[in-house]
Amino acid sequence: MLRLKGVRKVFNQGTINENIALKGLDLELATGDFVTIIGSNGAGKSTLLNSIAGSFGIDAGKIVIDELDVTGKPDYKRAGLIGRVFQDPLQGTAASMTIEENLAMAAVRGKKRGLKIGVNKERRAEFKEYLSLLGLGLEDRLTDKVGLLSGGQRQSLTLLMATIAKPKVLLLDEHTAALDPKTAEQVIQLTKKIVVKNNLTVLMVTHDLNQALNMGNRTIMMDSGEIVLDIKNPARKHMTVDDLLDKFAQKKGKELMNDRILLAQ
Amino acid sequence: MALDVIFSSMEQGLVYGIMALGVYLTFRILDFPDLTVDGSFPLGAAVTAKLIVSGVDPVLATLVAIVIGALAGVITGLLNTKLKITGLLSGILTMTALYSINLRIMGRANIPLLNQETILTKLKAIGLNGEWQAGIFFLVLILALKFLVDWFLHTELGLALRATGDNKQMIRSLGVNTDFMIILGLALSNSLVALSGSLVAQYQGFADVGMGIGMIIIGLASVIIGEVVFSDRIITLATISVIGGSLLYRLAITAALRLGFAPTDLKIVTALLVVIALGAPTLKKELDFSFLSKSST
Repeated sequence: MLRLKGVRKVFNQGTINENIALKGLDLELATGDFVTIIGSNGAGKSTLLNSIAGSFGIDAGKIVIDELDVTGKPDYKRAGLIGRVFQDPLQGTAASMTIEENLAMAAVRGKKRGLKIGVNKERRAEFKEYLSLLGLGLEDRLTDKVGLLSGGQRQSLTLLMATIAKPKVLLLDEHTAALDPKTAEQVIQLTKKIVVKNNLTVLMVTHDLNQALNMGNRTIMMDSGEIVLDIKNPARKHMTVDDLLDKFAQKKGKELMNDRILLAQ
Repeated sequence: MALDVIFSSMEQGLVYGIMALGVYLTFRILDFPDLTVDGSFPLGAAVTAKLIVSGVDPVLATLVAIVIGALAGVITGLLNTKLKITGLLSGILTMTALYSINLRIMGRANIPLLNQETILTKLKAIGLNGEWQAGIFFLVLILALKFLVDWFLHTELGLALRATGDNKQMIRSLGVNTDFMIILGLALSNSLVALSGSLVAQYQGFADVGMGIGMIIIGLASVIIGEVVFSDRIITLATISVIGGSLLYRLAITAALRLGFAPTDLKIVTALLVVIALGAPTLKKELDFSFLSKSST
């Protein structure tokens, strides 16, 4: 369960560049909800994800994950509740360390780290099993450095690392945008598989409107720091991309203009 | 070169190698260019010398030096993480302050230890005698420290330390306080450096306030020579390479002295060694490039 109440975030407050990125946003997700987020550049999608992850503090409002108020906590203190995959495949893994070491660090997400050896026999067997889920043959490359992997392999590994310790909430920030179409599709399939397997609550930012409607059970559209559309199943099931664009135009009296969104059609 | 000269340079390579292990921890593992070393090395020597001449047991004096060295690292870490001063400057500030502190501790610029009991004279007392005793002691000690470092870098905490030097954002998102890891890494590194300083003082028979000058470059030279000559593919190889690098460095310096360089020239020899090792890859590329552009016209 994830609940945001009146979340407000202002960048450069009091300066000429003041930018209200989130205008008192309310959002509530039940456990197992999979919400896709769309919106033009600067709509506040990434700010929303960063606020939940605690990358920075918010100026007003409250963020609650599973009855636990995390509002004032720094990112590393709420990490046990949140798994995250970034757009850049390089961001989610340590390149100079091996595949099994990366997984070992993720396996104790949010827990106290002590002087226990990170990769032991049981863990290794567990990692092998997890990695075979990817179908990329990485289970035979446990001691390879992650820097040797391709972007798609690294992003798949990141996804596994984000979910290996069973977080409450999974945040996906355009996590396939930097991949080629074929690899992106593989990562999307993997995402679906992992989310279902672990019954995760997911927030996924995407610029692909088809993907936004096809994945998950709910789609929200953001604009200028607000949620302007919130469409749930079953109504969402029959929607097309054109319906979505029409609805946005009705609501805001303007077109949803965004090169990336239009190009993705 | 005479055998005894080689032998004494090996002893030095081993005892300074402990300092190089510390430099490896900051420069390579934590990706933190820590210049505290030039201050924490004589700090270890100063603390040990002062305690020994005050009648403290040399083993205890050495242990205290390790702890005080760690504290110096903590200060650099706090300057960097809490006051947001850049890593390079944090180290320089601590190093500069330590110069005054070291003088305060010693009360003068130099403390001789010639007729004092040290760890090395203690070895004699327990029967480890002869010309080999210092060398064997340093060898056993540095190997033990190497295995300790190897082990630590494979623990959950050690993995987090390595990830802090590799990808801070990633390891924070996994719940690690990277500020704490930076402070811990600097503390461990400078405790090794101070231990090395403490042992050098006991080995050469005096502590001197100027004995840390250029120490960081010697540490870096050892790390880099080790990487170039041996291997840094995995941690256990990288740490043994650092020790090997330290030994090779001492041999190179001894050779330079034999070739007629004055002892005062050794700093520039060391600096040039590091410049060559660090600059070689770039120089090679530049040369290749000029060759290609010429052939294309």
